[in-house]
Amino acid sequence: MLFTNDDIQEIIRIMDASFQDELHLETSHFRISLRKATGERSGWTQEIETLRKPNLIYHKAKQPEFAEKAEAQAEQDIAANPAPSAAGLLDILPPLLGTFYRSPKPGAPPFVEIGSKVEADTIVGIVETMKLMNPVAAQVHGIVAEICVADGQSVEADRVLMRVWQETA
Amino acid sequence: MTMRRLLIANRGEIAARIIRTCHRLGIETVLAASEADLNSIPARMADQTICIGPAKSAASYLNVDLVVAAAVEAGADAIHPGYGFLSENVLLATRCRESGILFIGPTEAQLDGIGDKLKARGHAVAAGLPVVPGGTIDAVEDAREMAEKIGWPVLVKAVSGGGGRGMKPVHDPAKLKETIEMAMAEASAAFGDGRVYLERFVASGRHVEVQLLGDGKTILHLGTRDCSVQRRYQKLVEEAPAPDLSDKVRAAMHQAAVDFGRHMEYCGLGTVEFLVDCKSGEFFFLEMNARIQVEHPVTEAITGLDLVAEQIAVAEGWPLRIDQSDIGFSGHAIECRINAEDWTRDFRPSPGTVAAAVFPAGDGIRVDTHVERGVQVPPYYDSLLAKVIVHGKDRPDAIERMRAALANCCIEGVATNVAMHSALFESPEFTKGGIDTSFFPSFLQR
Repeated sequence: MLFTNDDIQEIIRIMDASFQDELHLETSHFRISLRKATGERSGWTQEIETLRKPNLIYHKAKQPEFAEKAEAQAEQDIAANPAPSAAGLLDILPPLLGTFYRSPKPGAPPFVEIGSKVEADTIVGIVETMKLMNPVAAQVHGIVAEICVADGQSVEADRVLMRVWQETA
Repeated sequence: MTMRRLLIANRGEIAARIIRTCHRLGIETVLAASEADLNSIPARMADQTICIGPAKSAASYLNVDLVVAAAVEAGADAIHPGYGFLSENVLLATRCRESGILFIGPTEAQLDGIGDKLKARGHAVAAGLPVVPGGTIDAVEDAREMAEKIGWPVLVKAVSGGGGRGMKPVHDPAKLKETIEMAMAEASAAFGDGRVYLERFVASGRHVEVQLLGDGKTILHLGTRDCSVQRRYQKLVEEAPAPDLSDKVRAAMHQAAVDFGRHMEYCGLGTVEFLVDCKSGEFFFLEMNARIQVEHPVTEAITGLDLVAEQIAVAEGWPLRIDQSDIGFSGHAIECRINAEDWTRDFRPSPGTVAAAVFPAGDGIRVDTHVERGVQVPPYYDSLLAKVIVHGKDRPDAIERMRAALANCCIEGVATNVAMHSALFESPEFTKGGIDTSFFPSFLQR
């Protein structure tokens, strides 16, 4: 069953009328806590957890295509960080997790290639998170030695995107 | 025809919201979900969930063939597209028709005439609505002349843009050419359509919209909503009715929206957006959204209607069961969009695992959400976590209720904009009512 907003308002009305200030209810489908606000706050709060498991059905018609895509995606996604850097190599990390892009838009040349010189504020790529494009600045200066992530790959925030030879003066 | 089994081609709070109405109406629900959403709250609420592909929208939620194949596979007799994704996609409506599946939305011709902003502008003119001065650009070279005619500053808009995307203001005539070229390139990449047009940029404008409901013959308006609290064209707070409008202007906007709907012989739920010039009090047609909108609950609060249920009834082919005189407006409703973004760090997105999700509850409060403790907020989609909606006897009462409601909102594990909303509801300009779209960015600067 699903709780409606009206259900919750009604329960709270009953609790208010009977001077109750807390209710916890748990079934195999949901867990709900209603609490009267305390201190300077007024009104009530709700905390709901849906415990029911999704009822997944197989999509036969398209399954092979999905399976293939999903596998490729998973393989790409779980690609582990490359081996630790050799001495003198600095890591470039994304500002946050998301999808990494090497060029400003599809079809455009990449921001940098192996051998490109970068300064701290050089943009080396874009990470798309929640439909927002976030530029990735090198943060270090030197020469791009390795590009560790493919265009369009999903990255965690600790994923090394590129490695840079530190310039020695 | 009576709907028995509905495929929901969407995710997040709107998927959960559609499931609730279907549950009440006794319609079985099948959620079409990407791999990232197979364990989401809507997936746990739906009767069944079918995987339509990998996490990235382009390979799942935006793929017409996969969505229609999923509906056929699941034995659904209709598809509800929600908002965003494929909600205004003509091809989805066409494929549905070809597969004998009901598309919950307007007709293909209406989607085409409304989704293309230039065609929509033409329809508005034909229906006698005022439009913002502007016009099409065939060549970049002609743009300067047109801009001079329109008057500076101007706005470069993508014909296929929407939801605030594909718009660029130009204040400096010297920047016009490069802005148009950039806008064309971006529009080709984002919408597959590089056409752009120019409009006068109204600096002090309010965003007021009118909700329409039509069955192709009868067109009703469900009142106004004000959505002027925006950042980068993204709405953050919406209220109904729009405050601080004279009865005369309000009635004229209702009539203009109904005129547009009648001209289109509109069938379904839609919203006509207007720009209100704060200085002159004039209003202009901006565009129409041919779908349910994020902010629909404020209209539901003041009218007492379930707009998803009305949408379903119209799609089933029933004539409207209400007329204009049945629609009353009671009190004032406000909605705050709670987003997973760190408003103290330039609204940086904040995906992650929700460690706690406590929401306000009680009289006059509604929360539409898809987050609970333990839920993953994936990085692939928009940042909307929840909508907190309050309904009061008047605007001051609604504001008071929203302050209390926000104080009872506690989301941990991901950064949110709850504190930003709390600060906004203490601002005298906002509480006075009638702010324009330039207010919020300047409020953030303080």
